[in-house]
Amino acid sequence: MVEKTRFVFSGSGGQGVITAAIILAETAVLQENLNAVQTQIYGAAARGGATRSDVIISDSAIYFPYVEQANVLICLTQEAYNKFSPIVRPGGLLITDTRYVKIERAVDAVQKELPMYQTVMDKIGKPIVFNICMLGVVTALSPVVKPESITKILEERIAPAFLDMNRKALELGFELGAAAA
Amino acid sequence: MAVKDYIRERFFPHIWCPGCGHGIVLNGLIRAVEKLGVQKNEIVMVSGIGCSARIAGYLDFHTMHTLHGRALGFATGIKLSRPELKVIVPMGDGDALAIGGNHFIHAARRNIDMTAIVMNNRIYGMTGGQYSPLSGYGILASTAPYTSVDQSFDIVQLAAAAGATFVARTTAYHIQQMIELLQEAILHKGFSVVEVMSQCPTYFGRRNREGDAVAMLKHMQKITTPIGSKAKAENPELIERGVFVRKELPEYCEAYDTIIRRAKEGK
Amino acid sequence: MSDNIRFVQGNEACVEGALYAGLEFFAGYPITPSTEIAEQLSSRLPKIGGKFIQMEDEIASMCAIVGASLTGRKVMTATSGPGFSLKQEALGYAIMAEIPCVIVNVQRGGPSTGIPTHVHQGDVNQARWGTHGDHAIIVFTASNHQDVFAMTVEAFNIAETYRTPVVLLFDEVVGHMRERLVLPQPGEIPIVERLRTSVPQGVNYHPYLPREDGRLPMSDFGAFHRYNVTGLFHDMWGFPSDDHEVVHDLLRHLMDKIENRTNQLAKFKEFYTEDAEVLLISYGSTARSARDLVEQRRRRGESFGLLELLTLWPFPNDLVRKKAANAKYVVVAEMNTGQICQSVRLAVDQPERVFLANRIDGEFISPDDIHKTVRLIRGKGV
Repeated sequence: MVEKTRFVFSGSGGQGVITAAIILAETAVLQENLNAVQTQIYGAAARGGATRSDVIISDSAIYFPYVEQANVLICLTQEAYNKFSPIVRPGGLLITDTRYVKIERAVDAVQKELPMYQTVMDKIGKPIVFNICMLGVVTALSPVVKPESITKILEERIAPAFLDMNRKALELGFELGAAAA
Repeated sequence: MAVKDYIRERFFPHIWCPGCGHGIVLNGLIRAVEKLGVQKNEIVMVSGIGCSARIAGYLDFHTMHTLHGRALGFATGIKLSRPELKVIVPMGDGDALAIGGNHFIHAARRNIDMTAIVMNNRIYGMTGGQYSPLSGYGILASTAPYTSVDQSFDIVQLAAAAGATFVARTTAYHIQQMIELLQEAILHKGFSVVEVMSQCPTYFGRRNREGDAVAMLKHMQKITTPIGSKAKAENPELIERGVFVRKELPEYCEAYDTIIRRAKEGK
Repeated sequence: MSDNIRFVQGNEACVEGALYAGLEFFAGYPITPSTEIAEQLSSRLPKIGGKFIQMEDEIASMCAIVGASLTGRKVMTATSGPGFSLKQEALGYAIMAEIPCVIVNVQRGGPSTGIPTHVHQGDVNQARWGTHGDHAIIVFTASNHQDVFAMTVEAFNIAETYRTPVVLLFDEVVGHMRERLVLPQPGEIPIVERLRTSVPQGVNYHPYLPREDGRLPMSDFGAFHRYNVTGLFHDMWGFPSDDHEVVHDLLRHLMDKIENRTNQLAKFKEFYTEDAEVLLISYGSTARSARDLVEQRRRRGESFGLLELLTLWPFPNDLVRKKAANAKYVVVAEMNTGQICQSVRLAVDQPERVFLANRIDGEFISPDDIHKTVRLIRGKGV
């Protein structure tokens, strides 16, 4: 039985936060036969401001499609962290990137500050797959879907020329996450 | 076939005033279609709203009497859906170029194969004689009791600039030319515009003291001349009649068919 | 994994439903939050030999689909509030001339430009009365992608059955959120094809002469029957008439053909309504929050129930009266200033039992928002 897991992905527009959310939710539905809903916030919030995308995964029906208290909160910018850190559920998981986010106050949740961006730049050199690395971390730390399932979705979505780079970013994320678990 | 065979006699008498130019256009259109030998089942007439629009209902074709200014929108749907049909769109001047102006521009831009007949009598007749964008500066009308300060524009130039690939002008006086132009317009593969300068003796004529229908017809003969004539060179004020634009360019429905081919092949 | 499962936006679920139902012609104009429908169809229609055109404005889009429908195709357009306002005249034309078509309005914040990217359900009454004159109209809605698909197919079926436009009123949340969609197999959902006349060539075909069973067989423009179509009151030939009997009979026909079938057209879903003390009535994305609340409350032993409307117009008066009969509180949950609430009040006995739980600030109404209102209604404070 898969308990309802509520994810909030946040960062700035352009970091691929929404894409990562969609991939996770898509994986749950198409590869693991679960239910998932994904929503996002547009407008001023999406242009360099704090972008947010909610994903809820469950094996039962999902009605209300937004997250009020997140089991897993990912913040890839300081602004997103400042804005959204209060919504992480007590006992939940808060994942931030060390390059962008300085934790200011402790939240009543497990905090993982990880050098995802740095790792991607060091090992791959292209910031465009930062979000895929993050997805790897999320999957390692909150195993709602299997890592191979995400890989399958990447294979369907990404042009062959860029597939290796994305797979590598995902791997790096898994490793980072597993090491920090 | 006799002219009668093209008419829905059940729906006569028509609503036009004695002396109205629209009746001449109806006649000319029937003769043009007859000469082309197009089957009645292949023709769709789509009109807007106004005295001019009523022409469609009197003809034994597939006829659609639509909304003021929007005939070309409906016609585009019909033609794109069934490109094998001949689509003819009779409109008044206000119908085509005031409220319908936007659709006129874009139908021309697309070069979609249909024939727009602008029956330009420079007035809104059906509603009692208000001025239209083609009335022109200085005329009198029910909504211009002190004369109009609106400039008009040149339908031919507008159509040409928007991309129409067959553009012609004639008048209700020049019935033989009208029949030839309508024939060519209907045959032409692309967006054809035929402006027919027409008379509304009841409103425009009376209000602006242009006399009766006969006087107005004679006047149209006097103030127009064939394109590039000596008379035009001597008197630039004359309005030219004839074919201004005749081009072969990709037609919209055919171009879309290539899209369908490519989409089906996965390209 | 079965390949009939999709993870898509509601807008795409609508596209899937339309194609399943036999859509062959789409004309539209970009407008948030419906643009994805046009974009998807621009790609999918030519693949099946269908036609897509982006017209110069919303009005032309509506006109183009009406014209195309007359040539025998199933047609659709999609828009949001401002475009829906523009389409009203041509929509009325389709009603008057009895031309089947489907119009999708993915609602956003309004009035006027409003908030293009935020949710609202403010076009409900406009969908009923947006076009001028006495008329009837059929309007469907949905709260989840499976129903978006199903109601889209239903919209095409009903449009053909009654020779009328059908409006699909969705909203920004349903339109843009992603969730699971199961594509039915071909044949799984019955499709209604256009009823064409059996009058042979050479015999007079009357486009507006009903059959014994009340239905009006059509004939494609381009086929061998030639007739006139107009937005003026018209006789059975389609020719304009101002004869008072003709006018009366036609207007009655246009109203009755839909209003007299209100109960057959009333699609809905119900959850725990039989013994509900608090009956929520909701529709569209709000119904998701209403359902969430009802499930929550039932787990705590409270008798909440939900009537989810899938048909908004003609308003299902009998259905609502019946379902609300035994409830102590009837709470209409919607994201507007009470447009359906108004109709519910008129439909039920003891309308003093009817309350509105709404949200109108562009933010999505949550189960908690509805619950707070219900507590206040019941005098229990916050």
